[in-house]
Amino acid sequence: MSELKKYKELALGGNIEKGGTAVDFKTGDWRSSRPVYNPENCIQCLFCWVYCPDSAVILKDGKVAGFNLEHCKGCGICAHECPGKKKVKAIVMEEEVK
Amino acid sequence: MVEIRWHGRGGQGAKTAALLFADAALAVGKYVQAFPEYGPERMGAPVQSFNRIDDKPILMHCPVKSPSVVVVLDPTLMASINVTAGLGKEGTLIINTGLDAAEIKKSVKFDGKIFTVDASRISEETIGRKIPNTPMLAALVKVTGMLDFDSMLEDTQKKLAKKFAHRPEVIEGNIQSMKRAAQEVKSA
Amino acid sequence: MQKIILAKTGNEAMALAMKQVNPDVVAAYPITPATEIVQIFSQYVADGEVKTEFVAVESEHSAMSACIGSCAAGARTMTGTSSQGLALMYEMIYIAAGLRLPIVMADVNRALSAPINIHCDHSDSMGCRDAGWVHIFSENAQEAYDSMIQAVRIAEHKDVRLPVMVTTDGFIISHGMERIDTLPDAEVQNFIGKYDPLMHLLDVKKPFTIGAINLTDYYFEHRRAMVDAQNNSLKVIKEVGAEFGKKFDTGYGLIEKYQLDDAEVAIVALGSTCGTAKVVIDQLRAKGVKAGLLKIRVFRPFPTEEIAKALENIKTVAVLDRSDSVGGFGGPVFTEIRSALYGSAKRPQIAGFVYGLGGREIDMEQIEGLFMDLKAGKVKADSVSYLGVRE
Repeated sequence: MSELKKYKELALGGNIEKGGTAVDFKTGDWRSSRPVYNPENCIQCLFCWVYCPDSAVILKDGKVAGFNLEHCKGCGICAHECPGKKKVKAIVMEEEVK
Repeated sequence: MVEIRWHGRGGQGAKTAALLFADAALAVGKYVQAFPEYGPERMGAPVQSFNRIDDKPILMHCPVKSPSVVVVLDPTLMASINVTAGLGKEGTLIINTGLDAAEIKKSVKFDGKIFTVDASRISEETIGRKIPNTPMLAALVKVTGMLDFDSMLEDTQKKLAKKFAHRPEVIEGNIQSMKRAAQEVKSA
Repeated sequence: MQKIILAKTGNEAMALAMKQVNPDVVAAYPITPATEIVQIFSQYVADGEVKTEFVAVESEHSAMSACIGSCAAGARTMTGTSSQGLALMYEMIYIAAGLRLPIVMADVNRALSAPINIHCDHSDSMGCRDAGWVHIFSENAQEAYDSMIQAVRIAEHKDVRLPVMVTTDGFIISHGMERIDTLPDAEVQNFIGKYDPLMHLLDVKKPFTIGAINLTDYYFEHRRAMVDAQNNSLKVIKEVGAEFGKKFDTGYGLIEKYQLDDAEVAIVALGSTCGTAKVVIDQLRAKGVKAGLLKIRVFRPFPTEEIAKALENIKTVAVLDRSDSVGGFGGPVFTEIRSALYGSAKRPQIAGFVYGLGGREIDMEQIEGLFMDLKAGKVKADSVSYLGVRE
């Protein structure tokens, strides 16, 4: 978060005066494990993109292109839902190395 | 300022009478107050309501303790309640009763003016039910001379017309009862 | 402009003001203990006399919740309650203020249980005094009517944006019929003007979030901002009251002084008792007793400076509280006034009197007795007593 505002600088009643402000709230540092993507096992079903609660799966031209690690909390839902190819997952969770 | 106390039983219209009287007094340019004494609302229980009428704004919001007029809607109350409490010698007591006025004078310990009118009988004969409040209102206006009787009658007719739009016979009955009460009220 | 003279109970007067404001939404729980105000208003809705969406809810808590939602959605919103009903709203009362929603509410001041009681005292609304609402008391039905109309302007003013509560004394005013001078509908509409919600949730072009969490980092700042809004409202209430007076002949301020400027002994009171006190003061003045009254119309924001100034030349002051802060040193009015006077170089002797709880009558003899005790020096300074209780 940026520097804390003084009371006179705040919007009325604690309103957040625009939409889509979740992008400013970086939740990536909550992560203790990170998703690792292996395109070879990916069938582009986009389940990971649908299920990700933080919209942290990046698509490029309709295909999975990696993860937004500023927002990914490392919950592992993407890896859990990934059907993979021939029972080998395209997303696996690995311990976060800081 | 004139202060009035109404005695009745729950359901007899003591509150409505005070409201109607205030409304009628307002119509002739007076300042008014009308308020009931509130408690558990039970049919038949003794209830009181009050009026203040003045030519200038009424500021006080305390109970009426020394009325100059007391109106008794139900004479059976007089056995259990001191209806003349706070009523001075110059005061006026108006009772709904069919009893002879002289007889009343004997049983009530009160030296001021006493008026009687058989409002229950009048209302039964005109409205078809024992609703003594409007005839007693008429008697009050008649004997105190506080308001012009005809304009009061006119105002009450308007109010009743609003309340009983779907039952015109009630309006006519009330007006008849008021006219008769004004004629029949007599001094003891 | 011709005023319309009517005989109305306090409840009818407040409902009539609501009708003439013609709010977008009224959410209420229209049975006991809410008093008749919203019930009378719901009849206006049923008769098509207002364009209001009437939301009949299942409790007072829901009533204020629905008001919060509708006000956040951009609707001019009003409601009414009393006593236990206000108590049940308590949680949402703070939220309405904290979200800075200009809801206007009529409250009929009545005692809180237990024991069960239906009569007047100020415990219910005084219990909400720290929530952030503007809190206006009425001496009579006329003031209740006038203040309901002014409340809309005060609440919606851009420097205020706080909910406003207008109160009357239960039964004494709420169910007592009095003569009131009412305004034509069009005049009320002109006076309150059009509501500009600034932001509202139904504006899809400007999405925003309302009611977000504020923890240790921002909650304090938002409550601090409300203090400024309350302070701003002092000026706004006076401006709106003065404009009301200019247009309709009866002006309003934060306080009213009655025979106070040269008074030796004075009482401070709120609500209907002030009218009775004025009559007593007239009688005492005729006998040469220099008695006076300070009536507090606006309890929140508390007009600290005006009150300290109004009382600085009085010898002895009795503060009448129609509610008690049980376990505290005196009722809320006494506490506030004593605190307001502490910073004054010149200040009167002051004593607190809690009276009229649960509708206990206060009559002219009691008020006169109090004045005479003050004059005779029989009232102990800095003491709190109970007037009219069997001790």
